Amino acid sequence: MLEVSNLNKNFDGVTALKNFSFEMKEKEILGMIGPNGAGKTTFFNALSGFIKPESGKVKFLGKDITSFSSHKIVSSGISRTFQDLRLIRQIPVIDNILLSFNHSDGENFYNILFKQKSWQETEELDKHKALKLLEYAGIKDKAFDLANDLSYGQQKLLSITCCLAADAKLLLLDEPIAGINPEMREKILRIISELPSKGKSAIIIEHDMDFIERICDRVIFMDMGEKISEGTPDEVRNDPKVIEAYLE
Amino acid sequence: MNSPQTPLLKREGLLKLLFSLQEKRPGDEFLEYLLHILILICIYVILSLSLNLLVGYTGILSIAHAAFYGVGAYVAALMALRLETPFLLNIILAVIAAGVFGAVVGIPSLRLKDDYFVIATFAFQIIMFSVLNNLVEFTGGPLGLPGIPQPNIFGYEISTHIEFLILSLLLAGLVYWVSNRIVKSPFGRLLKSIREDEVFVKAVGRDISAAKVKVFIISASLASLAGVIYATYITYIDPTSFTVMESIFIISIVIIGGAANLKGSILGAAFLVALPELLRFIGLPNSIAANVRQILYGALLVIMMMWRPQGFLGEYAFGKSSEDRRQKLEDRSKRGNDA
Repeated sequence: MLEVSNLNKNFDGVTALKNFSFEMKEKEILGMIGPNGAGKTTFFNALSGFIKPESGKVKFLGKDITSFSSHKIVSSGISRTFQDLRLIRQIPVIDNILLSFNHSDGENFYNILFKQKSWQETEELDKHKALKLLEYAGIKDKAFDLANDLSYGQQKLLSITCCLAADAKLLLLDEPIAGINPEMREKILRIISELPSKGKSAIIIEHDMDFIERICDRVIFMDMGEKISEGTPDEVRNDPKVIEAYLE
Repeated sequence: MNSPQTPLLKREGLLKLLFSLQEKRPGDEFLEYLLHILILICIYVILSLSLNLLVGYTGILSIAHAAFYGVGAYVAALMALRLETPFLLNIILAVIAAGVFGAVVGIPSLRLKDDYFVIATFAFQIIMFSVLNNLVEFTGGPLGLPGIPQPNIFGYEISTHIEFLILSLLLAGLVYWVSNRIVKSPFGRLLKSIREDEVFVKAVGRDISAAKVKVFIISASLASLAGVIYATYITYIDPTSFTVMESIFIISIVIIGGAANLKGSILGAAFLVALPELLRFIGLPNSIAANVRQILYGALLVIMMMWRPQGFLGEYAFGKSSEDRRQKLEDRSKRGNDA
């Protein structure tokens, strides 16, 4: 489904990605681990179109998406969250979901002026869908509160729900459980582990090895922008190269 | 109370009032002066509503608004003077011309971030002024364009103050209607979201540049309507009416009235246009009043920025970068966190 080959990216002489390549199957949950500054988030940025890699190629569902802009990448089926939590906090929770649906009916200037009824109908249907998603995530009762009034954990949950709303085939989750309580952690774990049964896959950046082991089929260990090791969580953990990288 | 005659009587009364306004009698000067102020307020309501879409709702500051205002005025004036085209056609042409300029300026410059975009619009504003000022054969240069014909709508000549006021009210109402529809639609939600966090909006798959260009064009087109009224009402235009200072005045209206609040723009326009007029009545000589006016605007803007950055009615505190506000909110929710 996803083929990444030889990605390279430097920031002012610092290597962020170096000949980074891997492949991913459908319905797979892939963990991405490594020390801080290993290039994990840079890889997410490159994959989601926020930065352009200097060389290399990304193929997704048979299409070369390397040079796509971010909105085109989302419409081809890749959606992401951020390590520094991003949401529109000054609008209600449900509006964040509605924004993620990517319909353009009510954004067309002609429709806005002359076909108010028609876009309002679509909006009603969307609201219904959004409430269902929020119910699934367990924050339906907060649907009409400002996103800012949610707890930090609920906000993280909401950002993942937004990815679900974007109807992505592949979710890129950057530290989805960092800094949240165990109860919320279990909720997020459940949502992620149910992704394959919905035909979706995910790449997860996370430092919590316990979480990675419970949820990931396969793990990639990165250091200095390079793939050091790849395999099941157990294999990677016992790889001498990984142990060496952490001991350094 | 609800007798069937009442509306009729009311209408007759209104008609009488209208006729009495059309006849010139001594003592009417004050009324005309009042109507003049109201027409000016309508013009600035159009300008501030259209700019609010950009500054308030989308969070992008443009100081080229007077340039689009000028495009509207000059297109309407030149068409009427040179080609003698009908007024309604001139309105449409002015809107289209301003929209085209909006696209030409917006498409390249909206790629720039924050301050750089402001500088790009500043550049356009300066260029526009120079063109109007130096293209003497076409625009009359610094001498301007005198003798602009007053509007004629299907044979009905608009010439008195009251008629102009009705025309201005209609156009201001139209602009309010369009703006209101936009801000209440999903497109309005998209604009506000872009203001709050571009990165998130990008990540959920929105084409930010396209949305910004769209709103920029809409804003420019609506601003041109004010130009059309101004040109045909005053019947004389010259480049000094469309300078950077004018842009800044419109920005002040938006900020003081309240960014991201349409009613705020109406209130702001009424307040800032009427304020210097009130100065006349406290007996300041004209030469001093002009300076006092400038001081007042400046002081008001500073006071608002310090004490009430969201303006009278606004919801959005202008002046802080969206990234700052985002970071602050994130920190707050982390602190009051459930971990």
